[in-house]
Amino acid sequence: TMLKGMTRLISRVHKAKHGEQHEGQHYNIPLQDLKAVFPHGLPPRFVMQVKTFNEACLMVRKPALELLHYLKNTNFAHPAVRYVLYGEKGTGKTLSLCHIIHFCAKQDWLILHIPDAHLWVKNCRNLLQSTYNKQRLDQPLEASIWLKNFKTANERFLSQIKVQEKYVWNKRESTEKGSPLGEVVEQGITRVRNATDAVGIVLKELKRQSSSGIFHLLVAVDGVNALWGRTTLKREDKSPIAPEELALIYNLRKMVKNDWHGGAIVLTLSQTGSVFKPRKAFLPQELLGKEGFDTLDPFIPILVSNYNPKEFESCIQYYLENSWLQHEKAHTEDGKKELLFLSNTNPGQLERLCAYL
Amino acid sequence: MWKGGEDGKPPRKAGRREPRLGPRSWILRLRHTTVVSTKKNIAALRRETYTLDFIKKQIEEFNIGKRHLANMMGEDPETFTQEDIDRAIAYLFPSGLFEKRARPIMKHPEQIFPKQRAIQWGEDGRPFHFLFYTGKPSYYSLMHEAYGKILDVEKHQNQLRAQGLFSEKTKTKDLIGSRWLIKEELEEILVEKLSDQDYAHFIRLLERLLTLQRGGAEEEFVQRFRRSITIQSKKQLIEPVRYDEQGMAFSRSEGRRKSAEAEAVVYAHGSGRVSVNGTHYLRYFPVTQDREQLMFPFHFLDRLGKHDVACTVSGGGRAAQAGAIRLAVARALCTFVTEEEVEWMRQAGLLTADLRVRERKKPGQEGARRKFTWKKR
Repeated sequence: TMLKGMTRLISRVHKAKHGEQHEGQHYNIPLQDLKAVFPHGLPPRFVMQVKTFNEACLMVRKPALELLHYLKNTNFAHPAVRYVLYGEKGTGKTLSLCHIIHFCAKQDWLILHIPDAHLWVKNCRNLLQSTYNKQRLDQPLEASIWLKNFKTANERFLSQIKVQEKYVWNKRESTEKGSPLGEVVEQGITRVRNATDAVGIVLKELKRQSSSGIFHLLVAVDGVNALWGRTTLKREDKSPIAPEELALIYNLRKMVKNDWHGGAIVLTLSQTGSVFKPRKAFLPQELLGKEGFDTLDPFIPILVSNYNPKEFESCIQYYLENSWLQHEKAHTEDGKKELLFLSNTNPGQLERLCAYL
Repeated sequence: MWKGGEDGKPPRKAGRREPRLGPRSWILRLRHTTVVSTKKNIAALRRETYTLDFIKKQIEEFNIGKRHLANMMGEDPETFTQEDIDRAIAYLFPSGLFEKRARPIMKHPEQIFPKQRAIQWGEDGRPFHFLFYTGKPSYYSLMHEAYGKILDVEKHQNQLRAQGLFSEKTKTKDLIGSRWLIKEELEEILVEKLSDQDYAHFIRLLERLLTLQRGGAEEEFVQRFRRSITIQSKKQLIEPVRYDEQGMAFSRSEGRRKSAEAEAVVYAHGSGRVSVNGTHYLRYFPVTQDREQLMFPFHFLDRLGKHDVACTVSGGGRAAQAGAIRLAVARALCTFVTEEEVEWMRQAGLLTADLRVRERKKPGQEGARRKFTWKKR
């Protein structure tokens, strides 16, 4: 490919070397990496952009850099630190999360990535009564999808980690102690009825064993405010279900508590998929509610804001280089000012605007 | 029985009798007809004409009524003008009708009753005007007058040339800002119907008079047939610049669109931050179309990042609020901008208030325009 302009950095530069001077520049993720690290989890519009340009480019921005800095200096003996990315709609929280995940994947961490927790609290068709605990409800579909993606993302770990307990699925099947985690995952994928329990087991085992030091665990949850809100699901007798009664949510909450060490927890708030929350809410207090805020209480909030002028320029340059902006005026100063005003440097808005330009 | 008149016919009263139902029931209906003295005016009976006496009586009644009205309103009867009358009537008889011409009015009878021609011939049947038999006496007499003036001016010019005092200078008065009378107005003045060719002929005569060198009397004659037109842009109201506490120059103005009202405060020097009702415009208008509306005045004047705006808006819907803010912002920007650019803005339609409002639903129809489904049977 021809040499692209100053706004690009090819990923031959090791991710660890992203420093402050790289702020505002794009870096490339090779496509095979993309499939391996992000089977799920990229926002759909970004996936479309990747398909159009035939390459995945993320911009290096300050919140992500800050987080990377913290992650590089984590002390794995201390309990896992919680980082919460919050900000207005369309400012780039999910993509920053993806940046972090890519970094950690390159550093050989085990990634536990839940792409959107809101998907687990709304629009679920099949709810079964949980086999493990009578009061809770299972979501076989969502659990099995997630297990499949988890498997693609963390192939190499599944054989290394060994289960430390015996799990009996039903009369005929059981997993012995000491068998690799991959078996549990397989069991969940094949037997969809037990998928939720399989997820629960995976989470429990990972939490227990991350302190041992074999691997570093990164828990990345997008839309974490779904864990403590209301659900849109109802039982057959039309009574509403609280999030605690869903097994997936219950286990995830245990995961997000910082009573384990050996990794980090990065969370993102999201209003876009949330249920029963006002459109203009973006602060952690508003979106998490009292209960969520108290549970997550000692956390490090990181604000993701709109582009600053340098980043805005760089984004426009990127589009121009890929010949994405076809309007003649897009090259001129005036055109840029127009785009600036219309999108007000909001990355999501800018992307939507440019989609039709 | 009646008393015999001159001809042995029943005496003619100013009225028409209905055919009788009983031997003595004459039902008289009073109509406004001219008092018929000779037989030749029967043609005039066909149209409803107002007698001179009648009109005079109306004028007297109007004046007396005007004085009564002035007394009622507590004002001085001597200096009671037509505008005062209008205001008093609007106050005493408030009307909710939308059509202004249907509301109660009190005006001088000359403006209410249509102008009528007085009888144009005398008792012996001989017409007064020498051009009566042309059919349009006042029109032809006007043409005659105008042509007479042209001939006079030419004669005067020939005399001056003969004496050698002829000067070539032609003072052309500025005809911009005035227009010729239209045909309807001329018909109104002459109380006669004209054809298009007559009207064109007359205008040509007047223009010919204008090309010649003319004196004051001719000028006055021509000016009688010109009306002035006001240029639209001079009516543009420009807000003065105001300064607030920190010494920042700003300008405030209002705008309205379809029941949304907005008030915008535009600061002269800023960086393009716009806040609506306290929140940022990106959060207030998630739709791109609304933000484009906000951008339009700035974009038009190429001042995208140079002004700060703080506005308040209420009422209406999403697009109506955007339109109202756009109008308010455009009006506020007039203060910081040259006259020429104000004219450009006006021509672009930025400064015109959009009159479109929701149309009323009519009875017998489903909506404002949509009719009920037509069923054949």
